[in-house]
Amino acid sequence: MLWDSRVFDALNEFDGMRRTFRHFGVPSTVEFPAINMWVSDDKAVVTTEIPGIDPGAIEISVVKDSLTLRGSRQAAELKADESYLRRERWNGQFSKALQLPFSVESAKVEARFSKGVLSIVLPRAEAEKPRKIAIKSE
Amino acid sequence: MAETEREMQKKEAETPDTGERTRSTRIYSPQVDIIEHKDDITVIADMPGVDEKSVDITLEKNILTIYGKVDSDIPKTHRLSLSEYGIGDYQRVFTLSDEVDRDKIEATVNNGVLRLVMPKAESAKTRKIPITAEGVGGLINLNGVKHQ
Repeated sequence: MLWDSRVFDALNEFDGMRRTFRHFGVPSTVEFPAINMWVSDDKAVVTTEIPGIDPGAIEISVVKDSLTLRGSRQAAELKADESYLRRERWNGQFSKALQLPFSVESAKVEARFSKGVLSIVLPRAEAEKPRKIAIKSE
Repeated sequence: MAETEREMQKKEAETPDTGERTRSTRIYSPQVDIIEHKDDITVIADMPGVDEKSVDITLEKNILTIYGKVDSDIPKTHRLSLSEYGIGDYQRVFTLSDEVDRDKIEATVNNGVLRLVMPKAESAKTRKIPITAEGVGGLINLNGVKHQ
């Protein structure tokens, strides 16, 4: 028989392989906006590209170790005799939550919006900072 | 909300035919809206990380190229723990038709958005042609063709 079980096994295996490798590299789709995060021992830096947005309209909230970004961008309103020849840019509302690697001192979070890139510096909570333990010698 | 679920990945630009590059960054193709107004055609491009000093617009014959240079200020002492987008320059090439008045193209950059206003040339502006109706209908002779 043409479609014997070996064929299906091979297909299953291929599927499993694809599932394994899916997590490598940049994902093909991410929830908007795309985020990059850099981490050091005492702080995390989160950057995201949201060009053309009014900085006052971005809402950033931090609770313990989760960061939520909210905002929206409106498309240009067209008059009767105007039309889109091409339309690729995003518009609408977005909301994205992100799990941080540690709890954050929410009072000391700083955000800066420049050239359409939002960058947020999140200092690690004092209580969670790694401590060096000195060893006493006898 | 459905709008935000759309695929939002940055698209890498096709390799330009202009030869090898000396800057070792990726080039992305910015997302663009083109809007036709009554008197101009406006191109709006999302180029986060670009300001008015780092964007280059060249017009050679009828090829309009926009190029945005991005200098990423990645904190050196940090390690990358999540990477959903790549950072690189932007480039996109447009072919202009004759209807654009080349001398009057204006560009502004605001919050990472480039806006190019290209006024239409006088000759290309839409004109309304008035049609006057004549009282009597009938066959029209074109180029002297005789209707029998």
